[in-house]
Amino acid sequence: MRFQLTEDQRALRDGVRELLARRFGREVLRAAVDEPGRLDRALWRELGVAGFFALRLPEARGGVGLGLPEAVLAFEEAGRTLLPGPLVATHLAAGEVSGAATGEAVVADVGACGLVEWLTEADVVRGDAAGAVPLRSVDPLTPLHRVPVARGVDPVAVLLTAAEQLGSATRACELAVQHARAREQFGQPIGGFQAVKHLCADMLVRTETARAAVYAAAVTADAADIDTARLLADEAAVRGARDCLQVHGGMGFTWEFEVHLHLKRAWVRTHRAGDATESEESLAAELLAQPI
Amino acid sequence: MDLAYTPEEEEFRARLREWLAKALPTLPPKPSPDDWPGRRAYDLGWQRRLYDAGYADVHWDASPTVRLIFLEETEKAGAPYVGAGFVGLLHAGPTIAAEGTAEQRARWLPPILRGEEVWCQGFSEPDAGSDLAALRTRARRDGDDYVVSGSKIWTSHAEVADWCELLVRTDPQAPKHRGISWLAMPMGAPGITVRPLRTLAGSAEFAEVFLDEVRVPVANRVGDENDGWRVTMVTLSFERGTAFVGEVVACRRVLRELAGEARKNGRWDDPVLRRRLGRLNAEFRALWRLTQWNVSEAERTGGVPGVGGSVFKLRYSHARQELYGAAADVLGPQSLDLDQPWVLDRLSSLSYTIAAGTSQIQRNIVAERILGLPKGR
Ligand SMILES: Cc1cc2nc3c(=O)[nH]c(=O)nc-3n(C[C@H](O)[C@H](O)[C@H](O)COP(=O)(O)OP(=O)(O)OC[C@H]3O[C@@H](n4cnc5c(N)ncnc54)[C@H](O)[C@@H]3O)c2cc1C
Repeated sequence: MRFQLTEDQRALRDGVRELLARRFGREVLRAAVDEPGRLDRALWRELGVAGFFALRLPEARGGVGLGLPEAVLAFEEAGRTLLPGPLVATHLAAGEVSGAATGEAVVADVGACGLVEWLTEADVVRGDAAGAVPLRSVDPLTPLHRVPVARGVDPVAVLLTAAEQLGSATRACELAVQHARAREQFGQPIGGFQAVKHLCADMLVRTETARAAVYAAAVTADAADIDTARLLADEAAVRGARDCLQVHGGMGFTWEFEVHLHLKRAWVRTHRAGDATESEESLAAELLAQPI
Repeated sequence: MDLAYTPEEEEFRARLREWLAKALPTLPPKPSPDDWPGRRAYDLGWQRRLYDAGYADVHWDASPTVRLIFLEETEKAGAPYVGAGFVGLLHAGPTIAAEGTAEQRARWLPPILRGEEVWCQGFSEPDAGSDLAALRTRARRDGDDYVVSGSKIWTSHAEVADWCELLVRTDPQAPKHRGISWLAMPMGAPGITVRPLRTLAGSAEFAEVFLDEVRVPVANRVGDENDGWRVTMVTLSFERGTAFVGEVVACRRVLRELAGEARKNGRWDDPVLRRRLGRLNAEFRALWRLTQWNVSEAERTGGVPGVGGSVFKLRYSHARQELYGAAADVLGPQSLDLDQPWVLDRLSSLSYTIAAGTSQIQRNIVAERILGLPKGR
């Protein structure tokens, strides 16, 4: 059993991290927030060229030919940097919708809760978007529409969303720890105070537990593993952003500091692929299905 | 990343399963929880069977993955828990294996493996629990012996132990972490008094141990004099790193039993309870994956388990308490009846966030040693 990242997987993760650091750094993120609703098409195509959308498409069909574990690592990085756009929908459309694999097309999906992300920027919409009504989206980086007819969920969408949540949780923990080491009050770094230290420790514990669940689901692609990954990753991302905000004090409550963007995106993702209660119900049913 | 086992590992699993299926039906009846001599005999008898079948040293000599398979399969089959063998097999033994001399290993390890000798852990003291290094039990050198005086508390299995892994202060002048030594103390030595303590579950699980001028040979010291704190860290990493693997499997079984019971008594129709059980299913599935992740990590680094054990211990101990909280909800008013299943377990589970380092202490460890936050004073 080698339940650890391989050399190739590390290299892939580092490659995606570098690309995103170069092309979607803090300045670009702020600029995107200031101009909501617009998708950076040049970046989208660059992601396409880098193989982000075609990652799981077989080589014979022009794809990269990798598997779910690699896709999960790439989406984790996307979640860490708050990369906007219908990434999961476009990735799932690679090989089915022309231009999706290469990043020429932006593909949006009608979600299981009747929400559509990035409808107006999409070239192709999968599902019935008739009667779509725009919402004033809580997340400045995810424009949302509500539609009358919801669509079933692809388990892979659930898993890749969980991977984004994991990246977001990891980032929130890093930000909190950095701040807790640097910020001083009462003559010492606030990270020396147990109340703060313990918030940070809990963030790490939630993140690492979610990581094991998400990676395992990527390896097995098993339905119950995917539901597990989703519940743990949602928890790690939402509570991680909340705790990160708390560790930052007043600064955490500002528009300038990026934690609110993590929290709002984490909320959006919790509704992308159906509600958590559905995962809880399936996992409850699974308890009865298998012999003791 | 993969979760596949090698053919050799699968073969080990298959052979073990087959052996368990034959061995378990021949076990004697389980002694009552308060019958310590009976429990000692039962647990050691099982260890002897494992020894004879060639499985005894799996805790120390096998690869982390094989150990994982062993714990998984024995728990799934409902084999006896290590019980009285816990300290010897899971932390004193591995510590002696890692830090002891050749003579010490030859003296102490085989009897643990053969199920002949029971160990207990004399670390905590009435005034030194979380702050373990504040311990005051003194050891004064007199010729070839240390003369030990002081007292220990919460010592599990002390009544039936042959040996105690004992922390003593050998240099009272030195800074508190520098003056400690790690000794193997024979529990039969004159000057030792064991006074059982009753737990909130009503059982006599642990004891107070009073030490009055007890003579322990200097040759029983593992590691150098005053270097005991380092040896202690080795012991604690074994205690936190590997000791709970089988229990995750046990929790997953309890959860299925709970679902079955809820289905029988009608509580299953309550969506709130059902979803809570669903979430617990996610919790223990994730804890199993985390176990596999940590085992793979240990396999890769080939050493003593790292501080990752604290991450696991924190999450696990709370999850297990929640599991029995849910059990109480499934049982309803019957959860007040000590004769109902899970009720005693619910009481025992209250110790998980305290024993082997409280959750607060584990959080300090995670924050300071993994995240690099400043040390508290
Ligand atoms: C069932 C059981 C079996 C045990 N078996 C053994 C055994 O075999 N051998 C052995 O040596 N010991 C054993 N112990 C002892 C166990 O390791 C200690 O109880 C534990 O380390 C806590 O120490 P304490 O009881 O002195 O509590 P204290 O240290 O007094 O702690 C009391 C409270 O204060 C908190 N606290 C203390 N220090 C800090 C801090 N720095 N920051 C934040 N909070 C803090 C704790 O978290 C706790 O909530 C056992 C305990 C139990 C419950």
